[in-house]
Amino acid sequence: MNNLILFPVIAPFLFAAILMFIPKKVKLQRALTIVALTVTILGTIWLLVRVYHEGVLSMTLGDWQAPFGITMVSDLLSVLLVLTTTVVTLFVVLYSFPTIGVPREKFYYYSGVLFLLTGVNGSFTTGDLFNLFVFFEVLLMASYLLIVIGGEKVQLRESIKYILVNVISSAFFVIAVAYLYSITGTLNMADLAVRIPQIEYVGILTTVAVLFLVVFGLKGAIFPLYFWLPSSYSAPPTAILALFGALLTKVGVYAIMRTYTLFFTMDIGFTHELLAFLSIATILAGCIGALAYFDVKKIIIYNVIIAVGVILFGASQLNESGLQGALYYIFHDMIIKAALFFMIGLIAILFGTTDLRKMGGLMKTKPALGWFYLIAAFGLAGIPPLSGFAGKLLIVKGGFENDHVWGSIIILVTSLLVLLSVMRIFIYAFWGEPVKVNEIPRSTYRQMFIPSIVLVGLSILYGIGTEWLYPFVSDAANVLQNPSIYIDAVLKE
Amino acid sequence: MEIIMAFVIGFLFMAATYLFLTKSLLRVIIGTGLISHGAHLLILTMGGLGGKIPPVLTNGAANGDYADPLPQALILTAIVISFGVTAFILVLAYRAYQELGTDNMDMLKGDDNNE
Repeated sequence: MNNLILFPVIAPFLFAAILMFIPKKVKLQRALTIVALTVTILGTIWLLVRVYHEGVLSMTLGDWQAPFGITMVSDLLSVLLVLTTTVVTLFVVLYSFPTIGVPREKFYYYSGVLFLLTGVNGSFTTGDLFNLFVFFEVLLMASYLLIVIGGEKVQLRESIKYILVNVISSAFFVIAVAYLYSITGTLNMADLAVRIPQIEYVGILTTVAVLFLVVFGLKGAIFPLYFWLPSSYSAPPTAILALFGALLTKVGVYAIMRTYTLFFTMDIGFTHELLAFLSIATILAGCIGALAYFDVKKIIIYNVIIAVGVILFGASQLNESGLQGALYYIFHDMIIKAALFFMIGLIAILFGTTDLRKMGGLMKTKPALGWFYLIAAFGLAGIPPLSGFAGKLLIVKGGFENDHVWGSIIILVTSLLVLLSVMRIFIYAFWGEPVKVNEIPRSTYRQMFIPSIVLVGLSILYGIGTEWLYPFVSDAANVLQNPSIYIDAVLKE
Repeated sequence: MEIIMAFVIGFLFMAATYLFLTKSLLRVIIGTGLISHGAHLLILTMGGLGGKIPPVLTNGAANGDYADPLPQALILTAIVISFGVTAFILVLAYRAYQELGTDNMDMLKGDDNNE
């Protein structure tokens, strides 16, 4: 019954296709989307239990033997990412009920979200590089729809740039795959991991590894390839922004983590050193952006870029603490970013603007929002016992163990800058002289606020339950550290 | 044959880069088409050209007599994807032209003061 691996990919796809037939029935669409996501979550939990007990699961489509057919692999890392993705998507959908607007809902919004989920889950699950490209395209196509849906002027303008950047990066992906295929003669990730150590021409493999870093770095927004992200992400409504900010960059980050731990390990001294350097540069560039803007959306968007840097710095260390820290941090970041975007959206709607300088005094009228925002801000910066702490601690520890003391120190210092950047929102929006706020209906306010509270609650639980999550994360990091587990699971008879 | 292909691919990439750097949105879109085709041809070349026997293992077919079938399957997928994306961009460009009144990439810049 390894077919279960495909469930988190197929279920959203099926429901998305069904939803395309009933574009005008908004209530039914909402109900079906909730059903689809709940079913997917339940299936993924079942899969998680199985993977946890039985180790890495794999299946080959059409029963072709592993290096020839397309392989789908589910190890703990991918199944945990799939679960977090689906849970975050569920909250995004709940948040979009009051905010996204009926015209967008009638224009295949929920289908788009579910297709995006198909692509993201598929990218996390696939064990074949070309298949990864195809799933990337699936999620990109859905994201093109979501970024332009509604057709406002700013959306049309920014989506053109977003699409052009992604089309070019897709072309580079195909080019990189072609080079890798001509060198190794295979595209199955486990098979690549077997063959690459046997190849003598390390130089050209390193070139291909850097080419892949460029491709995934464009999707994952690492320095200097993040230039497109801030303006593109600020165009669509907050619900879609939350979905993108929480999920899309993580796919690129996952792809880098997977390829750079599984098979591009032939010249660690160059590739992983480059990755560590680029991630630190990403963090610094993100911090500059986060502190430079007075636009609430932009501040949190630049925090997405910072998080990418932190995760990849942990992954580039290739030691136990670094990898475990990166894993802790990637799950934490998906949850907390969605929560922060939700609350930013709520604040922006209350004031009718995203400019910090026109805000003030919300603490008097909406104290609950203020306190939850404060908790989320502390969680983002990694103040114990909230969720960011364990991940950051392990990443910093990994850096210290591995002669990257400067990187760890920069991460520690920039944590304060991250805190400063989100506290600026708190100070401007919640303190000071009250500004007149828009009246929004109580029910709408509640529908927007409750998903945010639940996500903040989840992140608190995640922070307190770090000890309880440890076996899962350490197992997942173990697979990353010992590729032989992955290879054996895929290439077994 | 591979040498000729390398020149063709290089020319496609060169033309695509030139088109990306022009101001007209339509030319940029044609550039994306060219770069995709260059990438497709690159896969084909990387899989190795030549071979007269169909890629079915029969007795007496030595290694190298048949062309590698996998790159062709990969290209087929990639072509379909680039076809779909190109169609989407063309429609988007048309809508953007209607809505924004320009197809000049310089006019499509945006910042905090010009939303």
